[in-house]
Amino acid sequence: MVNTLMLIALILFSFTIVIAVYRIIRGPSKPDRVIALDMIGVNLLASIAVVSCLLETKAFMEVILILGILSFIGTIAFSKYIERGVIVERRHNR
Amino acid sequence: MKNSDVIIQTTTKVVFFMIFLFSIHIFFAGHYTPGGGFVGGLLTASAIVLLLLAFDIQTVRKALPFNYTVIIAIGLLLALGTASASILFDVPFFTHAYDDFRLPLFGLTSLHSAMMFDLGVYLVVVGATMTIILSIGSDD
Repeated sequence: MVNTLMLIALILFSFTIVIAVYRIIRGPSKPDRVIALDMIGVNLLASIAVVSCLLETKAFMEVILILGILSFIGTIAFSKYIERGVIVERRHNR
Repeated sequence: MKNSDVIIQTTTKVVFFMIFLFSIHIFFAGHYTPGGGFVGGLLTASAIVLLLLAFDIQTVRKALPFNYTVIIAIGLLLALGTASASILFDVPFFTHAYDDFRLPLFGLTSLHSAMMFDLGVYLVVVGATMTIILSIGSDD
């Protein structure tokens, strides 16, 4: 019963990822693609949680945190590139 | 337009310590659970990269005044020293040793000399990643 529910949740997560991939391919502007990538990151994170429940292991807990951190840093780097044109500034212009 | 990124800088001031503590946890947990020196080093480097994204190179250099090539050298020396210290005890190269110690705050702890080798790996990974990113990012 619970296994079936988790399998259904995995299928729904993968369906969401497919929709986000469509937005990445067809997205008219760069921010659309960045938001879709962030959404794929969050959905992968949730899928890993469901898979670790399915496999009944605690070995993937660190993977969830690391994927969250990397998705956060990647989104920030992309949005800074879109807004400023540089990712790492040499000196703040104030 | 003075200081237009207040939200990212305030978030970074909190999140940096979370990522750094998590990387330290993953470094120390590497003996019994997934993790180790490589992932811990990469996470520490990504915490410093988050600082570089929110602030600029000069501020981060002032906050963390490390020469990252020296850190690579220290890590390599640590790994090589741990490997060659076994020669002094008349056992083959790279033989590790462990013992149980009764530390103050931790209780009975088993300390293994493979952790010093892992610390060397950690320092080399942090130094190499930060050298690559800083040398790419700092030239215009």
